[in-house]
Amino acid sequence: MSRQSFSGLSLLWRGLSRHAGWQKQWRKPEPKARYDAIIVGGGGHGLGAAYYLAKEHGLANIAVLEKGWIGGGNTGRNTTIIRSNYLFNESAALYDHSVKLWENLSQVLNYNVMFSPRGVMMLAHTVHDIQVIKRHVHANRCNGVDNEWLEPAQAKEFCPPLNIEENIRYPVLGAALQRRGGTARHDAVAWGYARAADALGVDIIENCEVTGIRRDAGGAVEGLDTTRGVIHSRKVGISAAGHTSVILALAGVQVPLESYPLQALVSEPVKPIFPCVVMSNTIHAYISQSDKGELVIGAGTDAYTSYTQRGALHINMHTLDAICELFPNFRRLRMMRNWGGIVDVTPDRSPIIAKTPVPGLYVNCGWGTGGFKATPGSAHVFAWTIARDEPHPINAPFTIERFRDGHLIDEAAAAAVAH
Amino acid sequence: MLLIVCPYCGKRPEIEFTYGGQAHLARPDQPSQLDDQAWAEFLYMRSNTKGVYAERWRHARGCGRFFNALRDTTSDHFLAFYKTGEPRPVLSTSPAPPAQSVAARTDAAASPVTERKI
Repeated sequence: MSRQSFSGLSLLWRGLSRHAGWQKQWRKPEPKARYDAIIVGGGGHGLGAAYYLAKEHGLANIAVLEKGWIGGGNTGRNTTIIRSNYLFNESAALYDHSVKLWENLSQVLNYNVMFSPRGVMMLAHTVHDIQVIKRHVHANRCNGVDNEWLEPAQAKEFCPPLNIEENIRYPVLGAALQRRGGTARHDAVAWGYARAADALGVDIIENCEVTGIRRDAGGAVEGLDTTRGVIHSRKVGISAAGHTSVILALAGVQVPLESYPLQALVSEPVKPIFPCVVMSNTIHAYISQSDKGELVIGAGTDAYTSYTQRGALHINMHTLDAICELFPNFRRLRMMRNWGGIVDVTPDRSPIIAKTPVPGLYVNCGWGTGGFKATPGSAHVFAWTIARDEPHPINAPFTIERFRDGHLIDEAAAAAVAH
Repeated sequence: MLLIVCPYCGKRPEIEFTYGGQAHLARPDQPSQLDDQAWAEFLYMRSNTKGVYAERWRHARGCGRFFNALRDTTSDHFLAFYKTGEPRPVLSTSPAPPAQSVAARTDAAASPVTERKI
């Protein structure tokens, strides 16, 4: 179907005509009986995978099934941090692939995802932090990923609200800065991919929960039972974050995942005060300022596995303790909302983007606490994997079998990862 | 924050405890006999249950002991607490709670297992 194009001129024109005549951004189709490929999960990763399947692999007949509404899971619940300064070669390739796609995503989708490469600064508070972070800086630069070491005064210059006094509980001893990192608008990512995928003929079907996976005599996937009826397809990609284990269990597939609550919170909106993203893994604080003016703050995961999309208050308090010490200006700010999402965590804190033992069933999961940054890259290589029935070179290491074979991509121990 | 009933010390706030993951995972008796797949399953595969889940907790800032609990991961309500080594309690949907988990059952009374939304 033809699609209105967004531009400054079209915005001005519609504004002058009192915003009448805007089209719906995507259709609300009834599910067809059969598709060439189905993506389960209408978050950024799933919608993106459908978009790239249609755009780059020529599949015309694709559906995205979403249990609730698109972008209502972790895509709409995260702190929107984008960076690629991971330690290992495999991770650096995957996350930097994503950052490169972010850089042109608004133009490619004709939808403003508000990607803002304002710089991501990761703080060091101990001698060990300094050693680990400097190792990351050098490893990143060897992999062509920008990252630089800042002394405390330089960190303060880059982020003026930062407290670099030496008499605080965890003084800032330095920082790593990835200038290409930043933030994007989470909802716009889901909506932009949905709109672009819909324009290529992808059916986006909301309120459609998968209740069974149908398999033929040979064991291969032949369709899905859903709350909106049986839908046939020989290719099914699961992109369901915290509920991946539940859906894969329908086909008897087990993956090494545990689902944990991860919380975030926002302050009341204030004038622009915070120019970048600051993360501290040691004391669990992640902070940036949204374009609406709210400070967006991320905490660590809760201790226990859960599917409740809520967590304990003491986790947030722990994070706010750190924020108030690092940014004394914010001590009197009121927090407006907090919420939780359910993140699927692998033992090595790296994702799984792979074929499963069931022919025709593919999985993109295990993004844990840091999946938003990877949305375009993850979707891009997952679409490749589904279309060609073999992994893209970038996601080839991210198999399920790596846990059996010992080829872990152990970003957990590497500690540049926020979790 | 969860209220957790240590079988040795009684009801305490969650911050006194550390989490120990899935319960009833026994280390293989004959490690050298296992192939890689079996090792991977022991080390990394967890049921990640959506529903009633048997899990370990440790009263780290109290008596220091490990114990087990049954918790509904769709509501975070505890259904039973029991000592390490004891078998997993069989839950019935009848109102009579198992003897050793009276306190926990009182907390969870408003949420019997049948109430779960799947």
